[in-house]
Amino acid sequence: MSARTKAPLRRILSNLLPFATGVGMILAWYAVCMGLSPDQRFLLPTPHEVLRAFFDKGPTLWLATLQTGTGAILGFGFAVLLSFAMGLFLSLSPLVRASFYPYLMILQMTPIIVIAPILILWVGPGLKSVTIITFLICFFPMVVNTTQGLISTDHNLVDLFRMYRATRFQEIFLLRVPAAQPYFFTGLRIGATLAPIGAIVGDYIAGNSANGQGGLGYLTIIYSSQFQMGALFATAAVGCVLGFIFVAGVMALSWLALHKWHDSFSRTDT
Amino acid sequence: MTRDEQSPVVELRDVGKRYGDGPLILDRVSFTAARGDFVAIIGPSGCGKSTILKLICGLNPVTSGSIMVDGLEPSKALEKLAFVFQEPTLLPWLDVVRNVEVPLRLHHSDASGRAEVVRRALSLVRLADRGDFYPRQLSGGQKMRVSIARALSVSPSILLLDEPFGALDEMTRDHLNEELLAIRQEFAWTAFFVTHSVAEAVFLSNRILVLAANPGRVHDEIQVGLPYPRTAETRQSQDYQRLVAQVSGILRSVENLKA
Repeated sequence: MSARTKAPLRRILSNLLPFATGVGMILAWYAVCMGLSPDQRFLLPTPHEVLRAFFDKGPTLWLATLQTGTGAILGFGFAVLLSFAMGLFLSLSPLVRASFYPYLMILQMTPIIVIAPILILWVGPGLKSVTIITFLICFFPMVVNTTQGLISTDHNLVDLFRMYRATRFQEIFLLRVPAAQPYFFTGLRIGATLAPIGAIVGDYIAGNSANGQGGLGYLTIIYSSQFQMGALFATAAVGCVLGFIFVAGVMALSWLALHKWHDSFSRTDT
Repeated sequence: MTRDEQSPVVELRDVGKRYGDGPLILDRVSFTAARGDFVAIIGPSGCGKSTILKLICGLNPVTSGSIMVDGLEPSKALEKLAFVFQEPTLLPWLDVVRNVEVPLRLHHSDASGRAEVVRRALSLVRLADRGDFYPRQLSGGQKMRVSIARALSVSPSILLLDEPFGALDEMTRDHLNEELLAIRQEFAWTAFFVTHSVAEAVFLSNRILVLAANPGRVHDEIQVGLPYPRTAETRQSQDYQRLVAQVSGILRSVENLKA
């Protein structure tokens, strides 16, 4: 509605602006590179040096991304399944929540950096540890959101179900679970931003795998010890893309589940 | 369903209700409704109007006294009852057809019969062409119609309506009242209708129970002799307007009682 009333010039401008900002930032990047004294220049690679690192390190980066991506997907997937089950369990009664929430908090508050060495001793470095670390990072916010969703069902709807003598099972799976979808997807979105970060951090501290195939975190250790700044920047960029893919995937899922009925996807023309 | 036409369908005997240790909500409420009665319940806020409906449908137990629905305890007579809430209480993630189906699905009625029942219920409320709409695409009046269709889908013999049109504008409310009576011509359920509007109570019902508050009790009952079918013209008649004035007077005196 408001877009239509705007002048065409403004609309073109608002489409061009993000692109122009990007170009401006790359130019600024070059300017900073030029400004550095020759003995500092290695600290900041130019954009084209980063691009070259992409091609030089292509296969290595690709395999590392697969490794990290696998850990992120596995950790995230387990977090989705278990947080849903845990949310269902916690939604059963305030008593259940009171007895278990504090211990979930402990799990969340314990720094990963401390858990990692324990994990390495238990399951060894590599994919298993990375998956578990990713899981631990994603799990808590997803449990909190799912539980909140399951206990926030409109009271009138619960009355309606009781009026028609719905069983407890029907009340949970035909009412509470579908009603919790918006909360569930909020948790999923938080988890999706955390999962790739969790996998890279996990790989950084516990990814030193015996078979020699490390993920993106492991690569950063190697590149930084060799002062390969271009390759480090390229690795960061790949991690960023991985994060975008995760978030985009979850956004697509939540659109599929919610766009028909939920106000967060309401069209302005209705 | 072959019971004597004259025997009471719903009978309240000295019903008292309090929640936990709270104050007495209802005090010795007694009345009976015969098959086909349309009973309107009015009274000042806090007089327990809605509570009575919740007791009749067995959602809450009585504290003292007894309620019989078709000779049974409310919790055993459920398949005879349907409830229309103050709010449309639709499930926003289901389209109109599947919303109307909800009670049938909860009772595991067989899927092949469902479609026909739903189609019929929706055409009664004139929403047959909105089956695949989602609640947020409907107006307030349309949502309420879906809610009524959902109640009708279980073919109730007793319909409990808790201020169903309170949130709607007056035009829509009048239309829905006329539609409700038109549908009733066909099915002749016994109805209990809680409302704040005297005009609505007179238009719909053949009996009006006026309750007093603190604690809720039956203050008066008015017989509405206007013949059915009633239409928009009924509101122009002198009898109707006289009744509205009379009931308004009684309601005012009840509200003064409270103070």
